[in-house]
Amino acid sequence: MKTMLNKLLGLVGLVVLSFGVLADDWQQAASGLTGKSSNHKLAAIEAMLEFDDPRNAVALQGMLDAELYYVKADRQLVIATKSGRSFLLTDLQGESLGEVAKSKIKRITVNNRIRREIRSGLAMMALAGPDEDARFSAVRSLMANVEAEQLPLVEQRLVAETSAKVQDKLRELQAIILLENGDDAQRQSSAEFLGGRMDAPSRNALLRAQSDEQNAEVLAAINESVARNQQLLKLNRAAENLYFGLSLGAVLLLAAVGLAITFGVMGVINMAHGEMIMLGAYTTYVVQQLMPGHIELSLVVAIPAAFLVSGAMGVLIERGIIRFLYGRPLETLLATFGLSLVLQQLVRSIFGPLNQAVITPQWLSGSLEINGVLALTYNRLYIIIFSFMVVAALWLLISKTFFGLQVRAVTQNRAMANAMGIRSSWVDAMTFGLGSGVAGIAGVALSQLTNVGPNLGQNYIIDSFMVVVFGGVGNLFGTVVAAMTLGVANKLAEPFTGAVLAKILVLVFIILFIQKRPRGMFALKGRMVED
Amino acid sequence: MTQQKQHSSRWSKQLAASAMALALTSGMSLAQAAETIKVGVLHSLSGTMAISETTLKDTVLMMVEEQNKAGGLLGKKLEPVVVDPASDWPLFAEKARELLEKEQVDVIFGCWTSVSRKSVLPVVEELNGLLFYPVQYEGEESSKNVFYTGAAPNQQAIPAVDYLMGEEGVERWVLAGTDYVYPRTTNKILEAYLKTAGVADEDIMISYTPFGHSDWQTIVSDIKKFGEAGKKTAVVSTINGDANVPFYKELANQGIAAEDIPVVAFSVGEEELSGFDTAPLVGHLAAWNYFQSADSELNEEFIGAWQSFIGSEERVTNDPMEATYIGFKMWAEAVEKAGSVEVDSVRDAMYGITVPNLTGGYAVMNTNHHLTKPVLIGEIQADGQFDVVWQTAGGVIGDAWTDHLPESANLVADWTAPISCGNFNITTSQCSGQNY
Repeated sequence: MKTMLNKLLGLVGLVVLSFGVLADDWQQAASGLTGKSSNHKLAAIEAMLEFDDPRNAVALQGMLDAELYYVKADRQLVIATKSGRSFLLTDLQGESLGEVAKSKIKRITVNNRIRREIRSGLAMMALAGPDEDARFSAVRSLMANVEAEQLPLVEQRLVAETSAKVQDKLRELQAIILLENGDDAQRQSSAEFLGGRMDAPSRNALLRAQSDEQNAEVLAAINESVARNQQLLKLNRAAENLYFGLSLGAVLLLAAVGLAITFGVMGVINMAHGEMIMLGAYTTYVVQQLMPGHIELSLVVAIPAAFLVSGAMGVLIERGIIRFLYGRPLETLLATFGLSLVLQQLVRSIFGPLNQAVITPQWLSGSLEINGVLALTYNRLYIIIFSFMVVAALWLLISKTFFGLQVRAVTQNRAMANAMGIRSSWVDAMTFGLGSGVAGIAGVALSQLTNVGPNLGQNYIIDSFMVVVFGGVGNLFGTVVAAMTLGVANKLAEPFTGAVLAKILVLVFIILFIQKRPRGMFALKGRMVED
Repeated sequence: MTQQKQHSSRWSKQLAASAMALALTSGMSLAQAAETIKVGVLHSLSGTMAISETTLKDTVLMMVEEQNKAGGLLGKKLEPVVVDPASDWPLFAEKARELLEKEQVDVIFGCWTSVSRKSVLPVVEELNGLLFYPVQYEGEESSKNVFYTGAAPNQQAIPAVDYLMGEEGVERWVLAGTDYVYPRTTNKILEAYLKTAGVADEDIMISYTPFGHSDWQTIVSDIKKFGEAGKKTAVVSTINGDANVPFYKELANQGIAAEDIPVVAFSVGEEELSGFDTAPLVGHLAAWNYFQSADSELNEEFIGAWQSFIGSEERVTNDPMEATYIGFKMWAEAVEKAGSVEVDSVRDAMYGITVPNLTGGYAVMNTNHHLTKPVLIGEIQADGQFDVVWQTAGGVIGDAWTDHLPESANLVADWTAPISCGNFNITTSQCSGQNY
């Protein structure tokens, strides 16, 4: 009924507008949006928010999404979406206004100052809205800009609020306001309440209060809360650093684990390993191009696709080049290095020299908030989990399957394996294909973190060799430990030394370590090592 | 051994080249060979910088083609000579020498990174060549043989900081850059500038990262902590090329929006953004003298010409392209004015020459070999383009030597008599003569 009425009203408004006779008060207020300067627009937004009008939400959201336009002829505000070469218009009540050419309308541009104003306006609206998460983030955005006048509103919401999570946040906001403006008892209880709260506004409010407080008793409570915060902060920061280290380690592990097979198990110095990673990343790009409507699923499809593409390329390389070079490491090195250049140029010729945009699916963006200080970014979190899954799968394959048995047999004693009826050349090709395929999978993961361009592989080849050599050639477990050690060491050093020096320190450390233990952390023992 | 091999191969190459030249000249009348004006193009077409520089090579070729269609210069056709210095800094010097000595080009358009320009500098000065350099750079240089059509720090970095202070009310600053000469010098200038504007030491954080840095977790988290102090914070980024994608991704993932902590970048333009999914970047800023979105007829013409020359409607235009365009137009006009391509007369004719900017107004070549042009601040949009949110009222005169560093505060460049020097010290009235 209400929507019907709305529509009817909208229609009437439209008719009135199109005759150019009258505009309602809200439209009067919003007309400033079509002005040129940001001050006009800010004033218009403020005036619009005086009205409790459903068009506010549509207009503000439209501005944020860069979809709010005005018709040049009559300055009417419209939502415009691109369709082909023209734009589909709807008015702010959702009535369709047909299609027009781009030259007929003009977008209402916003800058950061306006965007901030819009967001706080939308937050105010969401405060009483039906969506719990929206209410929660609305309170948070109020916390970022605390004003004493908000107190009545906050207290009113506290009574009306049903969700415990939002209520807790509202109480925190209330405490921040009272800590500055309340009486002694209120300040004291606020100070106690804010102890252990990790959100920056709460911590800052306590620090501010610490320097302003006159009352000794309240000051004691503040001091205690500040000390508690400091301790928690330290703990959280340490946890955060550890997480950064683990995630860097996971990236190194993913990049190196394929090499741990081709170089570690087979002993092939494969300088084209990085390009296998790159092929995997480009496969992700192609998969996304092929299934444009299903970005969320694209990575799941890309994983096997990248494995097959890079794996097939690996088999091709092994059959075409490397098998003629076994036992001649220098030649292998040069041949694969040349091959890496060829592959880079190939990709450059097909896709062009520019980087390709690989879209990050929604479920990989953003972060998991533990508290106000500690937030784990989803992409890194998934990559840590993913890297361990890849290693586990590889380990199962090598140690528990018949194929794995053959691989181990051939690496340990080729002549004997041949005598037992194993086609060692076939096993070589498959093993190399496996290593390359795993590198391709790494490429899918890396496409979410870094640039997908022809040079992608080059950035990881040195790190990969570093990890494999440091961990001990031929040892999957060593590779895991080495990757994690290097990742964590790098990230622990970075806050003190800066990114440049941290990298250098890690390199120096590895050089020294290799001097002491040339075979890496976990050296293989036994006959095969001797030859 | 290897050196010998290299020698002999270079020998044979040279032999082959001269044989070819012989064959060419014998086939062509000598008079006709002198009828062309040679335009050297010294941009990397392979290696890491190929991404950016290939575009500029194509821009020069397009300009040459247009000029030839309009009848060439002085009744002669222009002939482009393209070489590939392959992102290899010493090779830039070698190729510049090859262009000037062997190819006898009349002008060179080229270089991107400062280190490549520094490597070419002694060559063009020794052989009295003419180089047009089209990229924003750190300043602190003015060579008799180089015209700088990109922005000096006072035409990009300082206006950007002014904008953030004025419009956004920023009080706390993170200066983040890649670890090489341009960011280091720019940040030194900015730090000095901020301090004179009354920003305290503890409100400035400086961090450097290696080329192609991809793990930004720690730095972004540091920026977040730095921004929590309650004062409005902004990041001034001189992060180079590729490393920007993971940097912005990490910013978005750690929940830092442009409204909270805006990032203003000096090396991110339309072309860099074409490899991005820009949705999470909306609102971050860039300072340039040109944006593709600039609203002018000339710009629309230029974009149309570029897209039809390159054969793709997807290709974007950017600031160094405009700088190349302005440089080429100025050179062509100076040649007409001087009635010759001889370097000294062209140089004299260059001073005071005006060419319309693609964004409106006119660019002027000053006697310090830098341009007067407007500065624009743009905000990144979801479609990979920029919205111009602010621009200087008029043109800004490019300052070769910044006033904000003690070592260059009293240096000026003026290549006309009576000073005729790129680094004249106004307190000692001496010329150090040192650019590199």
